[in-house]
Amino acid sequence: MAWYLVTRLLQMIPVFFGAIFIVYFLMFATSGDPTAALCGDRGCTPATKAALEAQYNLDQPFFLQFLLYLKGVFTLDLGNNFSGRPILSVIAETFPNTVKLALIAIVFEAVVGVTLGLIAGLKKGTWIDSSLLFMSLLLISVPVFVLGFVAQFVIGIKLGWTSPTVGAGAPIQDLLLPGMVLGAISLAYVVRLTRNSVAETKTADHVRTATAKGLTPGRVRNAHVLRNSMIPVVTYMGADLGALMGGAILTESIFNVNGIGYQLYRSINMGDGAMVVSLVTLIVIVFVIANLLVDLLYAVLDPRIRYA
Amino acid sequence: MALSACGNGGGGGGGEGGAVTAFSVEPENPLIPTATSEQGGGRVVSLVFMGLISYDDESSPVNELAESIESDDNTTWTIKIKEGKQFTNGEDITAQSFVDAWNYGAAAKNAHTGSYFFEPIKGYDVVSAEGSEEDQMEGLRVIDDTTFEVELAEGDVTFPVRLGYAAYAPLPASAFDDMEAFGENPVGWGPFKMDGDGAWAHNEEIRLVKNEDYDGSQPAQVDALTFKLYQSAESAYSDLISDNLDILDQIPPSSMDVREDDLSGRTDQQDYAGNYSFAIPYYLDGWSGEAGKLRRQAISMSINRQELIDQVIKQGVPAKDLTSPAVEGFPGSFSNEEYVQFDPEKAKELWQEAEDMEPYPGGPFELAYNADGGHQEWVDAVCNMIKNTLDIEAQGKSYATFKELRTEANAGELTSAIRSGWMADYPSMSNFLGSNFASNGSSNDTHYDNEKFDALLAEGRGADDLDAANQKFIEADEILIEELPSIPLYYPARTWGWSSNVSDVNLTWNGEINYAQVTQA
Repeated sequence: MAWYLVTRLLQMIPVFFGAIFIVYFLMFATSGDPTAALCGDRGCTPATKAALEAQYNLDQPFFLQFLLYLKGVFTLDLGNNFSGRPILSVIAETFPNTVKLALIAIVFEAVVGVTLGLIAGLKKGTWIDSSLLFMSLLLISVPVFVLGFVAQFVIGIKLGWTSPTVGAGAPIQDLLLPGMVLGAISLAYVVRLTRNSVAETKTADHVRTATAKGLTPGRVRNAHVLRNSMIPVVTYMGADLGALMGGAILTESIFNVNGIGYQLYRSINMGDGAMVVSLVTLIVIVFVIANLLVDLLYAVLDPRIRYA
Repeated sequence: MALSACGNGGGGGGGEGGAVTAFSVEPENPLIPTATSEQGGGRVVSLVFMGLISYDDESSPVNELAESIESDDNTTWTIKIKEGKQFTNGEDITAQSFVDAWNYGAAAKNAHTGSYFFEPIKGYDVVSAEGSEEDQMEGLRVIDDTTFEVELAEGDVTFPVRLGYAAYAPLPASAFDDMEAFGENPVGWGPFKMDGDGAWAHNEEIRLVKNEDYDGSQPAQVDALTFKLYQSAESAYSDLISDNLDILDQIPPSSMDVREDDLSGRTDQQDYAGNYSFAIPYYLDGWSGEAGKLRRQAISMSINRQELIDQVIKQGVPAKDLTSPAVEGFPGSFSNEEYVQFDPEKAKELWQEAEDMEPYPGGPFELAYNADGGHQEWVDAVCNMIKNTLDIEAQGKSYATFKELRTEANAGELTSAIRSGWMADYPSMSNFLGSNFASNGSSNDTHYDNEKFDALLAEGRGADDLDAANQKFIEADEILIEELPSIPLYYPARTWGWSSNVSDVNLTWNGEINYAQVTQA
């Protein structure tokens, strides 16, 4: 187990540097002069432009720029973004908000999604099952921004149950609605995955054995059906955590959440290479760690899986 | 502290609960007058930093820190400042505060984007040269504590009019010790000041409080003003109609038609000192010389500006020239207005005339815009008008980002016309004309080069008084109306709304909300 963990962690190193290199190269290769965005409609004087380029190492060749950035990574000093603010402080301000938002979404889809999926799976073929399937299909086909605007209008503005946008400091009560909107579509997938998986496990040999040896229906459901049905669901949610963080741009924008999605959008527009690379690398790390956790969870969920 | 959660209906002075909240966006630059000009930073800077003069609602200059600004020859200006004024950190405001701030902003080594504001001053060419380590302009001289002298490179009667722009504000000596920290929490002299350390909570809000020591012409009427920083005007509009936000200065296009109902009439619209147009570079094939001029006129006359505003843009006034009616000296009409009026018959004639002279090199007429700025709709409408009137191919040309568009424009490598807009920095026609169309102008995208036009601008600046200067500027402007380096479209307007918590929400001459004037209802 320990050895497995070490290998997996070592594997993260090339992924980490590979991601940095690729994103850095893409930012460098996209056409355009980053100082053009800095200077706005009126343009800068050539001297100001030259001074700005020197300040952000833009006057250096690609590999030198890349190495200077890597040096920053190792010394934990990523330098300043184009607004003259330390990249690390920007991340420290915005990343926790996105994490909070994604966690609310994940918890929401796990609790509600698995519960509904379990009900549908156990009642397979009944009207409850059909209506849950229909509702999840409906949810999947609505784009997230439509859902966001409707939820904001109805719950935030008309009913006034919550603030329509997220206030300073991103308090949890303000983040509940955006978190649910963000998790809604994944929720529908979780319902369907759980339902199919439960329906399949329900008829498996070990479940029949468990029932035959006289276990109570509750124990059979929780320990034998549910636990064994969770592997595809957990896999999905592990990958989804990364997707939720990177894909929260729309939700963050509708509800004005001060998260990394908006920072990413803004930095790409400005051609702020170092900022973009830092944010994307962060998302990559979240992805990799989430996947590692999922793999470790397999062993917990399925007694047949052991890592040596 | 969650302003959005507790709302702000509490009324009563002082305290966070009583702050008036207004829409803004995260500033792109440090809050230093010479380093920022975009809207997010610009509006904070203009409230925290007041300089020598300000402009009243009619865009006429009013003295703030200035006691007098005088010159015998329009070249050497003697500026006396009022005695006994202090920055909000207690430092005295002296002549040195101005000279140091201007020198710092102009020097190339400090890389401030507003450096070009100091261009008229003698010695600017030295400190702004690429790689220059100099940071003292020859033309700036401190005479005594309250007097300094500014020598210009050449006479300019409009120089004092410029001085209301925030870039000319004085800075306290403490700023130069640590400019980075200063940009986070600036100290100036103006109707408002920053609400202590951490007043700028990045991407969330900027908290300002009334500066009790300010005794200029625009004292704040509320005790506290908080800019809430939004990612989009749409989400701010949601907050406005549910009373979570007090002032929104840009009603999103999607809500333009429902704003009256949503806000029970608490909304207004007014045009301001700006100009929207599109520029056709002279280095493009077919757009220079006599035939090029005829084609430009044909394009201009094929656009129905009123219909464009009514159907697509929903705010603004059809443009007759390339400056703005909101600046001083603007005439009611021009002698050759016909070139910017919709006349499809004449447009076709002119195009044909150009064809007879030399055939159009071919390819569709393209208008470049940045897709991240919400321009596609009106660009398509304009191209359709040109297409339908002149019976030529015309289409929009989309660039993903503003950055990409500006890269080509700055390098002089455009392959099509390009959308452009200009917001006045100071209320003078010369601000519009000089920067965009003088052969050495800082934003001359079209590479327009007309000796007579340059001469008229120079004569205007060298005139004895502003009236005489404005006459020259009008003459210069009329050359542009005939030659059309850029095709004027409209004078922009601002559509804004406010909550039931505030009243007296009006615009300044340059289209900003007059935040100092706002009162709590």
